Amino acid sequence: MIEALLVTAALLAIASLAFLPHAVTRALGALFLSAVAFVFLRHVGGDFLAGLVCAAIGFVAWRFLPGAILRRVAFMVPSLVLLIGVTTWLMYLAPGNPFAQEKSIAPQVEAALRAQYGVPESPLAFFRVYMERLLGEGSLGPALKVKGRTVQEVLLPALPVSLGLGGLALVLAVGMGLLLGVRAGMRPNSWADHASMGLALVGISLPNFVIGAGLMIVLALQLGWLPVAGWGGFRHVWMPALTLALPHAATIARLARSGTIEVLQQDWIRTARAKGLTEARVVSRHALQVAVLPVVSYLGPAAAGILTGSFVVETLFGIPGMGQWFVKGAINRDYSIVLGTALFYCGLITSFNLVVDLLLAWLDPRTRQVA
Amino acid sequence: MSPPPVQSAGPWVQAWRRLRRNRAAMTGAALLIAMVIACFLVPWWLGLDPTTTAPGQRSLPPSWAHGFGTDPLGRDMLARVLVGGRVSLLIGLAATAASVVIGVLYGGLAGFYGGRVDEAMMRIVDFLYGIPYMFLVILVMLMFSETARGEALPVFLALGLVQWLTMARIVRGQVLGLREQDYVLAARVVGARDLRILVRHILPNVMGPVVVYATLTVPTIILLESFLSFLGLGVELSWGQLVAEGVAVVNPIESPWWLLACPSAFLATTLFALNFLGDGLRDALDPKSGA
Repeated sequence: MIEALLVTAALLAIASLAFLPHAVTRALGALFLSAVAFVFLRHVGGDFLAGLVCAAIGFVAWRFLPGAILRRVAFMVPSLVLLIGVTTWLMYLAPGNPFAQEKSIAPQVEAALRAQYGVPESPLAFFRVYMERLLGEGSLGPALKVKGRTVQEVLLPALPVSLGLGGLALVLAVGMGLLLGVRAGMRPNSWADHASMGLALVGISLPNFVIGAGLMIVLALQLGWLPVAGWGGFRHVWMPALTLALPHAATIARLARSGTIEVLQQDWIRTARAKGLTEARVVSRHALQVAVLPVVSYLGPAAAGILTGSFVVETLFGIPGMGQWFVKGAINRDYSIVLGTALFYCGLITSFNLVVDLLLAWLDPRTRQVA
Repeated sequence: MSPPPVQSAGPWVQAWRRLRRNRAAMTGAALLIAMVIACFLVPWWLGLDPTTTAPGQRSLPPSWAHGFGTDPLGRDMLARVLVGGRVSLLIGLAATAASVVIGVLYGGLAGFYGGRVDEAMMRIVDFLYGIPYMFLVILVMLMFSETARGEALPVFLALGLVQWLTMARIVRGQVLGLREQDYVLAARVVGARDLRILVRHILPNVMGPVVVYATLTVPTIILLESFLSFLGLGVELSWGQLVAEGVAVVNPIESPWWLLACPSAFLATTLFALNFLGDGLRDALDPKSGA
């Protein structure tokens, strides 16, 4: 029960950051930023040097970064700490533990294992051990179910796999979606319009593992163009990336289509046409910048969706990425692996959302002055 | 009840008229009704049994006796697909209802009080938003992995827990705009309390977007449940689980295609229909949004 109270209190504390004056949250953001840098840098340059550098980083951030970014950071860093807490709590609530085996082990053996791996019986104690290790040594701890390796050693090879797959899927989704959607919006009821509608229908109405299985049957088993599953060469990336991208390409195509149709009815587009510009130039120079706004604001959810989809797609295609480690870790109760992947996913999504918001502010002058 | 003699049609009646003219949306609605009848009444009429195994009838292709063939344990696929639909549709509806209730209350309060209260409440939503929802869902599912594996309740809890976030954001955005309207001021002037203003004057005007988004949440939840089924954490005998079983038997040598095709077709038709209906409702309830 005490854990539930603590999590609620932490959530309220984070929410109450919103009541602080802006100058204070600004300073907090700079402080957190330098603290995070300190945790990373102290292994490189020792405590004293890292302290100096981080103080400088904090000061520069406080002086020159826009308030909107600093306030986001002031919120992000405690959120990640709370995430570690919530994840720990939920994992301890799940039945079983990392050391449970088919036949019961002696209590002394279990106690020894718990001490060796730093997994006490209570979630609060585990949280303390974990945070001390994370902040003190900058380490994610030993993997509990992969013998003799640390979480970093397990997850680092998976990082480029997941980032590459997700990145390619995002590029494919945006590329295909924009191309189809803008063409469809330029000429409603043309072939491009029907193609994008068809794509949208497939993308939103089939689970991605069915799309993946369909691609496997057609591209790999029937045509033999691509390997069925596995990971290794360049040829292995395409099918999973396409599977991940399709649902989001569908949504992006629909957003781009309605955005383009709406923009092309504006007065300033008529002005551009009246100047005698070609249609291609009207669209690329005048319409596109506004028409893509809904697509840009969809990028955050799309990235989150692609990461989430990767749990399933990595399992389907047998790809050794972060998603598979998370699923395996969760089912095996490997607390450290689960926390490591959680930090990775949340850090990635929150930073990506920050970048998307900055991009939106840059593209759309109307939102620029909000901060 | 006889209608009053002269009265212009209310907004919901007008929306219904617009919806009736939308062929795609009406097709979707008809398909959905057919699907509900097929899943809830047909197995009962025909006395179909989704669980009896028949060792002599393993993995039979579709025939007159078994419309959709049988699975590797000899169970009738037609019965399994139809009964599985009950589970999927009910989970979709129940989790959506939960997300509507929580989302409307939370978003309504945040938008109505605005300012710092709003910012603080939305920070909590932002925090939950920053966690990939599958992550939360899987962790919640694990809690029930021994006590209630394959039952509907944990899936319902887990999916309802994450799906209210977008609803809360939508409602909050709408309420933020509505609370500045003159009629809210008028209600305040005659002495209405906060709660009354929110429930009687503001929330009814938010119902349009809520209905639209709720219609689009049902397919999302059915899809999420199928992901969970694929990972082995879903509900026993749902479309998701049947499709996942179908995918598992794909192999180059001999493919019992009906195990994948039949549940997928039903799942896809339902999601099509819900999406069409949702788009149609958006056009009907919010004609200004155009496109």
